[in-house]
Formats: sequence, structure tokens, C-alpha cells
Amino acid sequence: MQPKLELLTQDMIARILDEAFQLMLKPGIKVQSAEARQLLAEAGARIDEANEIAFIPEKVVRTALETVPAAFHLYDRHGNPKVTYGGDAVQFDPGSSGVHVLDPETLEHRPSYTADLVRLVKVAEMLPQYAAQSTAVVCNEVPKPIGDLYRLYVVLMFSEKPIVTGSFSIQTLPAMFDMLALFAGGRDALAEKPQAVFDVCPSPPLIWSDFGAQNLIELARAGVPAEMVSMPLAGAAAPVTLLGSVVQHAAESLSGIAIHQLAQPGSPIVWGGAPAIFDMRRGTTPMGAVETAMIDAAYAQVGKSLGLPTHTYLGATDSKIVDAQAGLESGVSAVLGALAGINMISGAGMLDFLACHSPEKLVVDAEAIGMAHRLVAGLEVRTETLATMLFEGINFKGDFLKQRATRQLFPLEQYLPSPVIDRDSIRGWQAAGSPDTFARAKALTRQLLDEYRRPQIALDREAELSAMVEGLAREAGMERLPNLD
Amino acid sequence: MSAELFEKMARSVLDGDSDEAEALAKQAVEMGLDPLECITSGYVVGVNEVGENFACGQAFLPELVMAGEAMKAAVAILEPEMAKRGTARQMYGKVVLATVEGDIHEIGKTLVGTLLSASGFEVIDLGVDVPTTRIIEKAREVNADIVALSALLTTTMVKQGEVIEALEDVGLRGKVKVMVGGAPVTREWVARIGADGYSEDAIGAVKVAKELMGKA
Repeated sequence: MQPKLELLTQDMIARILDEAFQLMLKPGIKVQSAEARQLLAEAGARIDEANEIAFIPEKVVRTALETVPAAFHLYDRHGNPKVTYGGDAVQFDPGSSGVHVLDPETLEHRPSYTADLVRLVKVAEMLPQYAAQSTAVVCNEVPKPIGDLYRLYVVLMFSEKPIVTGSFSIQTLPAMFDMLALFAGGRDALAEKPQAVFDVCPSPPLIWSDFGAQNLIELARAGVPAEMVSMPLAGAAAPVTLLGSVVQHAAESLSGIAIHQLAQPGSPIVWGGAPAIFDMRRGTTPMGAVETAMIDAAYAQVGKSLGLPTHTYLGATDSKIVDAQAGLESGVSAVLGALAGINMISGAGMLDFLACHSPEKLVVDAEAIGMAHRLVAGLEVRTETLATMLFEGINFKGDFLKQRATRQLFPLEQYLPSPVIDRDSIRGWQAAGSPDTFARAKALTRQLLDEYRRPQIALDREAELSAMVEGLAREAGMERLPNLD
Repeated sequence: MSAELFEKMARSVLDGDSDEAEALAKQAVEMGLDPLECITSGYVVGVNEVGENFACGQAFLPELVMAGEAMKAAVAILEPEMAKRGTARQMYGKVVLATVEGDIHEIGKTLVGTLLSASGFEVIDLGVDVPTTRIIEKAREVNADIVALSALLTTTMVKQGEVIEALEDVGLRGKVKVMVGGAPVTREWVARIGADGYSEDAIGAVKVAKELMGKA
């Protein structure tokens, strides 16, 4: 039995959806793409062209919901299904689009470059807790117009895991499809076995920008999975109440589904998000707040009631270093996301409101993820009787260590943490130099980077892929690509 | 032929398979193989490998304990055969092992016993809550090389010191090395009660015991 966190009653889910549908009619949804407005109008939405507002009736959305796939897979570079979107599957990937990295020696937050992205990808590749890669940071030495596809390029060169990514403009999207198609074996094969999901963001409150809506349309037509990342900011760009923000999330996401499915019915799309509460003291957007996780768990429950695949942003911290706050916020929120049964939980490795990434934090967060996975795996009956048969021959002695069952079952019953988690005796720990969590994480990160080997499939495609990206880089005014070594 | 059998013997210990270890020992006896060689070239190879795997985090306590049990099962078959042949396994030494009086903690003590015996010590395990006098008597009776004392509580660890004093009183201290262990035991404590060695874990205890016997 998979343990579950459910914050909403069925009545409350119905009420949330009812109000979301009301919002879609009044005030309506601002849709800044003419093509998207056209699609919605043809389906029966009333349009205020002057103000770019679509008034979307419930039936348009209900029709769209009928064609959304309830589940789909992401594949690795060999074409094996590795990530399941749908049902209560729980998976994690590192957070995306950081602009800084934490320097493990100086603790400075410095701008991220190619070498930083390479390190993040290598570490995430080595840790089985991460089901997918993300395009974790932007590379500041690369021209902005190709920043998105360049990140994808780096990930493809160093990883064979599925990828959570996204484009920064409509112009680069086809190039990113082509890069993925190079591994998948063509655009059709890519749609058949997608290796990446693309994040697409509405703008709170209740706005689909031209770029966002157009992104949905292009992804739908390409058959490449879209992941909506609705970001109600409770108390600032969304109602202050958590339930109010969940309603806004539903309205933004439902209107996104309508646009997406009108462009291509049956294309895969994910009910995702990155909401946060608004900190009333600092004016910041805390990702580690328990209320942020509550909004996530609630909107995921709404999405599940509609039979949709789910995503959220948890497992991150607002702390600036890998300290106790980082551990508790990332750990607590990862567990809450897992208990909510969210298919893809992005955010691990990130500090400072998703601005800063850290390979060392990825290594620490992997342990929270391992424990969260263990928790949602639940309690299983592994023996014919629960205990009585195991007491045979015990005779009041603590001899269970000698039992075959102990040896066979302990790896199933217990999650075995990496050396980042200290379970040594006090003297063993002292003998190791009394390292704190961050020191242990630094050591393990170094070890993982040493042990990392580039996947053969990346080496095989290196020439083709590099040629493709070099061409695009030249068009953007960059003569030579940065050295990846 | 026998090389293959030795390999299987080592494997049975690695797998912690007592039944297999025992069956292979019986087979070796039937084939007339040298029982001593079976131990040193077969089973001990497995014990050493599990120990090494454990030390570098590749194996876990259940593997360690079950390896010891498999070794014990094999030795039980081979020992009578060695006696018949008039050969004996070269043991590192004789260890009288106990959890001290007032303390009923068993797991750590038993683990040390299992590993010591798998590594070639003769272990006389007196169990838990053992009065000092009984430990002394047994040490004298079997002519022990080492007395190994476990205590998990700060309230009972004082008994470790009491045993050492008693060994002095009866004039045995010069002949017997004393090892102590248990969660509260520190290097400082060892120095204070005048013990000869201590270890953080069971694998370390084997090393310490060998050092005390001058066999490390």
C-alpha cells in the first residue's frame, strides 16, 4: 500500500474546479497568442480581441480533457522507458535553470558556466535517485539566444537519462527537437519515444503569454511532452489563501490544456507547477515553506482527480549554503511531494529560491529522495508469517543476524544511505576527522566525479551533435563552442 | 579437482550457506582430503574476503555473521577428522568471551565471538550477565590467552575493571591479555582500567586479538 497525503476532500476538489471554470469565464484568461485565441474561438470560446482575453466555457476544457493521455513514458537514449508520468509514480530530477552555483570552497554564489553544468550533469548521472536529468543551470558564457539549446546539448553529451528541459524562445524549439531526434532516430521516433519533457509556463495571474501559448502549440504538434509549470505566488501574484492559489493553478492549467489539445488532440501534457507562498517579511518566494508544499500536494490531487500526469517543484531550499535549513527544507518537502504521489518532483540541488545550484547539495538531497522512495514503497509483507516463523530457533537470544531471512531481506527493508548520512559511532566519526554533512558531501561529490564515465551513446553522436550546435552558435555570433572537458 | 572444491568452500562462506559449507566438508572427508588444507585454502579464503568486503562497505553484518556460521558448520565436520589424523588447526589463541555481570547485551559480544572463531581463535563464549568469578575460573580452567569483556552500559562497564583486578589478585594477569568492548568504551577507559586492547567494531576486534597474540 502506497501511503498517501491527501489534503482535499472530494467536495473540495469539485469546488476548486468549479471556481476555476468560473475564473475562465470571468475574468477569463489572457491569451497573448493570436493563434491560440483562434484555436479557442473555433472551439467555442468568446474572445475579446482588443484585450486578448479568451472566455473559455467548461465544455471546451472538458472536451480537451478527454483526449489528454493519462500516462506516458520518457525514454533514455537507448529507447528504454525510464520515467513514468501518470498514476502515483514518484520520481525526482534536479532543479532547472539556476543562474548561480555554490562554490564548495569559498561558499560564494557565482555565475554558472559550462563547467558547472557538466559537473551537475555528471553527479546526477551517477546518482540513481535521479530518474531524469534537468538542464540545471544556464551557461553564462554562451549567447542568450542559444542558451536553452546549448544547455540541452551539454546534457546530451554527458548523460543518457531522460531530460526535463524547456526552451527560452519559439525560434530555438525546432533545433532542440532536432537534437533529441538525432538520438531518437527522427522526429516521428522522438514523438513515439520522447526522451525529454519541455516545461512551459503560464504567467500569473491567469495569463498565457504569446511565447507560453505558442510553446504549447508547437509541442503539441511535435508530439513532444509538455509540462505546464503554473506558478501562483500566494499573496502577491495569486490569492493569499492556499486554496485560492490552487484554484488559480487549476484555471491556468486547464486553459493550457485546452490550447494544447486544440492544437493536437492526444499529445502528452503534464499538470505541473512551481507555486510558492509570498514571504511577507522579505518579499521572497520560499520554496522550502511547508505552505508551498501544501499548495503543490493540493493541486496535484486536483490533477489526479482529472486523470492527469503530475509534476511539481520541491526538494529545494531557500538557504544559501548546504546547512541544516537546506537539509530540513529539502528533506521535508521531498517527502511531502512523494507522499502526494507526484510523478516528477524537480528542485533537488537548488538553493536560494531556485537561483543557485550545487552538486554537493544534489548528493545530500539524493539521500532525502532515497528515504522518500522508501517511505512511499510502504510496508510490505515479505515473509509467510510476519514474525512467528522468524522466531524459530531464537530461544530468547538476539540471534536474528544469523538468519538467512535477515541477509536476504534487509536490503529490501532498509534503504542503504550513502556515506553522506553519518551512522558511525562517535569515535568512528572522530577518527574520520569529524566531518559535517557538507564535508561528507564534498568528498562523495569528488568521488562520483572521479568515477564518472561518459556514456558510449553520447560519444557515438558527439560529432553530429557538435556540428549541429556549432552551426547554431555561429548564427548567434559565437565562433567556437566552449571546451567541455 | 580439489582446487575447485576449495573454491566452492570459499563460495559457501561468502554466500553464508551453512548447509552447503557442511555438505562440502563431508564430501572432502569422504574424498580423503586434508581437512586442515580445506580450512586454510577453502573456507578461510571466504572468511577473509567477507571481512575485506565488510571493511570497505561492500558487505554487511548479516553476511559477516552468516559467513562465520558457515565456517563454524564446516569446522565442526572437519575437526574430528583432524583429531583422527593427529593434526590440529594452528589456532591463534584461546579466548574467554563474556558480557559482564549486570549487563544482558549480547549482539555485539556474539558478533565478536563469531568473527574471532571464524578467524582462527578458539572461543569460549560464556554468554551474558557473567559474574567476575566465573570468568576468572574459566580463564584458569582453559588456560586462556585472552579474556574479552563486553559492556554496553556505563553502569556495568566498571565490571571490566573489576575482572582485571581479579585476574591480578589470582596471579593470572601476567598470562592473560584483556580486551574490552562496547559502546561506552573509549581509549581513555582502556588506559584507566589497564586493559590491553579495545576495538570499535567486531572486525577491529579480530585485528586487536591477533596483535595481542603477536600474530598480526
